[in-house]
Amino acid sequence: MSEIAQARTFDEFMEGIWRQNPVFVMVLGMCPVLAVSVSAVNALSMGLATMFVLVCSCGLVSLIRKIVPKEVRIATYIVIIATFVTVVDYVIQAVSLEIYEALGAFIQLIVVNCIILGRAEAHASKHPPLTAMVNAMGMSIGFVIGLFALGAVREVLGAGTLFGFSLFGPNFQPWVVMVLPPGGFIVLGGWLLLFSALKRRKEVRLAAQGGGHGA
Amino acid sequence: MAPESLGQIFLAAVLANNFVLAMFLGLCPFLGVSARLDTAFPMGIATTFVMLVASLCAFGLNLLLTMFQLEFLRLISYIVVIASAVQLVEMFLKKTSPALFRALGIYLPLITTNCAVLGVALFQTAREYSFAQAMVFSFGGGAGFTLALVLMASVRERLQLSSVPGVAQGTALSLMLAGLLSMAFMGFAGLGG
Repeated sequence: MSEIAQARTFDEFMEGIWRQNPVFVMVLGMCPVLAVSVSAVNALSMGLATMFVLVCSCGLVSLIRKIVPKEVRIATYIVIIATFVTVVDYVIQAVSLEIYEALGAFIQLIVVNCIILGRAEAHASKHPPLTAMVNAMGMSIGFVIGLFALGAVREVLGAGTLFGFSLFGPNFQPWVVMVLPPGGFIVLGGWLLLFSALKRRKEVRLAAQGGGHGA
Repeated sequence: MAPESLGQIFLAAVLANNFVLAMFLGLCPFLGVSARLDTAFPMGIATTFVMLVASLCAFGLNLLLTMFQLEFLRLISYIVVIASAVQLVEMFLKKTSPALFRALGIYLPLITTNCAVLGVALFQTAREYSFAQAMVFSFGGGAGFTLALVLMASVRERLQLSSVPGVAQGTALSLMLAGLLSMAFMGFAGLGG
């Protein structure tokens, strides 16, 4: 029995990382993803801030899910999320002023990240706190991976560095457009192309397998 | 008070720092509603209206919060004001144009979580705009958002007639398109300061 429960919990966890990855599959919360993924460090810190807000607010939403009347639930969720974002905002300001300035208004804009409200509404409001938090954790890890994939590619191509370390030596001609806004759209488009190509290949292989069994 | 003139602020908000294509604000509706021109334009207008209302309220709220030294409540109060403004627009549209109301669907309540709206309120506070500057800024932001949405929708309507490789269909293609549009808007960089 506990094994089944464990498997289910693991499934909840993996859902956000792979099958329903918020960045690559659901394409949610794009604004912070594209805006702060100029460098790998920025992307990671943004991801971690979002993770904190997501996990905490999903836990709280799930705790109070039976008390809140249906009509005012969205407003309640937003206020909860905004509270946690204010906390994160002040914490980042206290820990590293450099990162705070690099991320700018996008820390406060975590409030309107669709992933968080979406999870609170679609998952946390219907499940007990532990499940909700595990699911939120998986989602946010998926989000961090997505952000990092984007940030790393953009930093490597646009500045020739990763985490600030030079990769290609002094003769590298940076591909500046990659760290400018268009680069964000194009790199994300490229990742989505890659994923849809992989999905297509899998479908073709599955179809071939199914056909083989039938014959 | 910021020294920029009103014209500068307007031009910068519409073109050089276009909310969608240069600052990545409001991408969800940008990708979601831009499939057809006849929903894209009303969506842009609705968002512009919410932006104006939100900017107006945010300006007043900020004065009040600064007076009582409650700046840490800024974010929470802004978002509540925006949510109410969206509710207002929603009720208005439902009464006046039910067809449009249905066409916009889920994206209408989602204006609440449109970062462009909250972005306007936050940026005008951070840049310490005066009242007139804030109004012009939010109107410019809304106009820029509408412009981007309409441009994108027109291109996507054309694309439906052309044959696209199966792999690229859907979001990947929209993102690539947005990248190209954004590159075109980079040409306005520096305009309006």
